[in-house]
Amino acid sequence: MSPNEENSVCSARDVEQILKRIAFEIVERNSAVEKLVLVGILTRGVSLARRLKRIINETADRDLPLGSLDITLYRDDLACATHHPVVRKTEIPFSLDGVTVILVDDVLYTGRTVRAAMDSLIDFGRPQSIQLAVLVDRGCRELPIAADFVGVSVPASPQDRVMVRVEESDGFDKITVMPRD
Amino acid sequence: MVFERKDLLGTRDLSAIEIRSLLESAESFKEIAERPLKKVPALRGKTVVNLFFEPSTRTRTSFEIAAKRLSADAVNMSASTSSLVKGESLLDTVDNIQAMAPDILVVRHRFVGAAHMIAERVGARVVNAGDGANEHPTQALLDLVTMSEHKRVGPGLTVAIIGDIAHSRVARSNIWALTTLGVTVRICAPPTMLPRELDKIPGLIVCERPEEALDGVDVVMMLRIQLERQDRLLFPSIRDYARVFGLNRQRLDLAAEDAIVMHPGPMNRGVEITSEVADGSRAVILNQVSNGVALRMAVLFLLGGQGHE
Repeated sequence: MSPNEENSVCSARDVEQILKRIAFEIVERNSAVEKLVLVGILTRGVSLARRLKRIINETADRDLPLGSLDITLYRDDLACATHHPVVRKTEIPFSLDGVTVILVDDVLYTGRTVRAAMDSLIDFGRPQSIQLAVLVDRGCRELPIAADFVGVSVPASPQDRVMVRVEESDGFDKITVMPRD
Repeated sequence: MVFERKDLLGTRDLSAIEIRSLLESAESFKEIAERPLKKVPALRGKTVVNLFFEPSTRTRTSFEIAAKRLSADAVNMSASTSSLVKGESLLDTVDNIQAMAPDILVVRHRFVGAAHMIAERVGARVVNAGDGANEHPTQALLDLVTMSEHKRVGPGLTVAIIGDIAHSRVARSNIWALTTLGVTVRICAPPTMLPRELDKIPGLIVCERPEEALDGVDVVMMLRIQLERQDRLLFPSIRDYARVFGLNRQRLDLAAEDAIVMHPGPMNRGVEITSEVADGSRAVILNQVSNGVALRMAVLFLLGGQGHE
């Protein structure tokens, strides 16, 4: 596909602004900031969570614990996946008992990844609550799941491909929508 | 992920890329052992049958724990409790087990090629947990996982394997895997325990004396002397073997300063390894056991998690 077929929704500066707003909303909604922890879903969710951590540290002077979660072993489509997804390292070096987990991912679509992530988190402990922060909500849910913090809503059909690129993995920040080929 | 085989029967025919992807995958499974709840749902509803026609505690337990931590149903069948003692043939036993629709069979048998034969016959995926003196691939792979915690496993690394090489499937699987990754392997044993067929493997050096094998090596792997074979007169006496080939502190001093000491177990303390070395700071023998569970989880997941076409 050629780059001009991509429909850019957000540029790098927009992404940074959106993350600042989400960080602000997280702190605003959770008066007990000391109980907050961030857990990003690999790979891009972790990059975004790390940035939220930096912003909250700068603006609210709180250094939140940060974990990363690989949900492969909790997927509901393992039996029908024809080739194997790579299992990456989950790292949650703190207790989840009694804390408020901010679960961070790049795109919220069917809700199946979030379901898997919640099951996985609950195996680690009993958080007081789990809140979901996503950069993009593209709709078309297949499970009754909603995000608490949404960067942008991009109504897209299943035929579309919504891509989030972040500097850490892709060299630049960008949200794009394009037809699936 | 570049591991798309039906079975894991040996390391001999694995490519460097396949070996690396298995090792990398095992890294991700290590963390599960540290969780308060050591279980993930990945193989829920899959059945793993441990089919052990030879006694084994460590390997069978390791596979069983690995399967259970992946939420598979693990069933153990060992020779002493099986119908083999009632005269059933191996293939009849296998057909019967296959009729119960298992997803993965973990097979240990004293005959070379037993796992291969079973793999050809059944639809279930097969992991070779030791076939005679031929291969024990998961042991070699867990050894590589353990080495990679301390060393870069590739060209430039030198590993000494000392002991009964000829009768050791652990040695063979390690030799194949290590040389495929470009590691230099030195083997050392009494002449009666040296296999002849290994001479022409690139990267393999046969040493006559342990001092020669140990000189400056990065990894020392001691093999168990099978005391039950002693009646075959492979060496004059246990005491002589310990004196000439056993790993003690003086010999270990010949290895690189940061060399690690490995042993696949079970150990004969005072024979192939002194307690001082086995319990010393350079021994990673118990890490091998921990890594065994992670590596076997990775193998079971890669085989059993695949959809059937």
